[in-house]
Amino acid sequence: MIEITNLSKAFTLHNQGSAVIPVMAGAALAVAPGECVGLTGQSGSGKSTLMRMIYGNYLAAGGSIRVGDLDVARAAPREIIRLRREVLGYVSQFLRVVPRVPTLDVVAEPLLQLGVPVDAARARAADLLARLNIAERLWGLSPTTFSGGEQQRVNIARGFAHPYPALLLDEPTASLDAANREVVLGLIEEAKARGAAIVGIFHDEGARDRVCDRLVDVTGFTPRLAA
Amino acid sequence: MGAVDMDICARVKEDRPLLSVQGVKKLYGNRIGCTDVTFDLFPGEVLGIVGESGSGKSTLLGCLAGHLKPDAGRILYDGRDMGALGEPERRRLSRTEWAFVHQNARDGLRMGVSAGGNVGERLMAVGARNYGTIRDTAADWLGRVEIAADRIDDRPSAFSGGMQQRLQIARNLVTGPRLVFMDEPTGGLDVSVQARLLDLLRGLVRDLGLSVVIVTHDLAVVRLLADRLMVMKSGRVVEQGLTDQVLDDPQHGYTQLLVSSVLQV
Repeated sequence: MIEITNLSKAFTLHNQGSAVIPVMAGAALAVAPGECVGLTGQSGSGKSTLMRMIYGNYLAAGGSIRVGDLDVARAAPREIIRLRREVLGYVSQFLRVVPRVPTLDVVAEPLLQLGVPVDAARARAADLLARLNIAERLWGLSPTTFSGGEQQRVNIARGFAHPYPALLLDEPTASLDAANREVVLGLIEEAKARGAAIVGIFHDEGARDRVCDRLVDVTGFTPRLAA
Repeated sequence: MGAVDMDICARVKEDRPLLSVQGVKKLYGNRIGCTDVTFDLFPGEVLGIVGESGSGKSTLLGCLAGHLKPDAGRILYDGRDMGALGEPERRRLSRTEWAFVHQNARDGLRMGVSAGGNVGERLMAVGARNYGTIRDTAADWLGRVEIAADRIDDRPSAFSGGMQQRLQIARNLVTGPRLVFMDEPTGGLDVSVQARLLDLLRGLVRDLGLSVVIVTHDLAVVRLLADRLMVMKSGRVVEQGLTDQVLDDPQHGYTQLLVSSVLQV
């Protein structure tokens, strides 16, 4: 479902002496449907960079990133938009929403984008919010004022609203208590069971051991520094 | 991923741009307004154009909307060459299939006519004649842009800036346009009003499947509203791509400067 070959990336800082910083070379990764692959490596080793490249958020310098039948490294913006809407979900660590939109609609939005009727989309959103222990009295409020843990759970609900065939999870269990962590791990296991291909970053080793079928250390993709 | 998804991918490649801009150039004397602008806009897409004052973004918008005549290049709307289109046909399009939301609501409204009249007038311009239907439709649209029903007979001069802007949007969208041009639609509004307007615009774009070209200097606005982003400097497009990609991994020096100059709250 996800297949990365010979991927490379460098940042060019035009306003800081045009410094070129190579951050990735020769990256390769394959994730089959129903499989969860955990990315490991020290902070700064490129886990998030790799994930952002799969999502099309960072541009690739070379190589290919196939998600389904689309090569994200070469796709036109609108093909990526379509891919994100229908095929590839992403739970980032930060919730970014239009202020003022009620939580229920924030979670239902990915479904509305797909043309799901409002009632059905809201019902699915309500199910997920209830499961993730977001109190019902908060559903009508904007999540911008919520606590960190609540925002993260709203973000997770939003990421799982549509059954994406491929999912990227960036620290989905960080800052959650034991009960909510359990709910999130359950959601991940269900997604695997229905055949989703998942790439995840987990600092929580217990969670990693439980849901990941394989680990890939991204340190191996860090370019050797030229002397 | 099943056959259905493959079909969708195939369909995306096939469909035709609603607006196709090819090498558009506009000069003011021998000074460049904008030059070498090329892009396609597809149905349901929101394209943001950012750049500092004087970068040519409003000039470009003026060319696209037919307010200015480009000195070179072609603009195709739904496959038709706008340059070859007669004035009556262009005017008809701008009343029916296009809409233009001005930064200053007063430029897009008739200040001496009631709120309901402002919306109804645009309907009459496309042939609506039944007073009851016109008034009902106007009332429905005022509701959609969150203007209270009892303000329908008030003039926009009695409205706040945010309300005027929402009224302008209702007036523009009531005829069900396919393509909407927006020039700094949230400029000059305070942030709480901005958020409300953004939410409203997002909902309308999604529900009506509008294609939008939005010019702004506010990067937060395009991040929330635009699918794709074009960055202009000195009349030229220096970078374009997926909005979040351009903002999070800018490739051009100017975009890097622009993004890194935003103050964090």
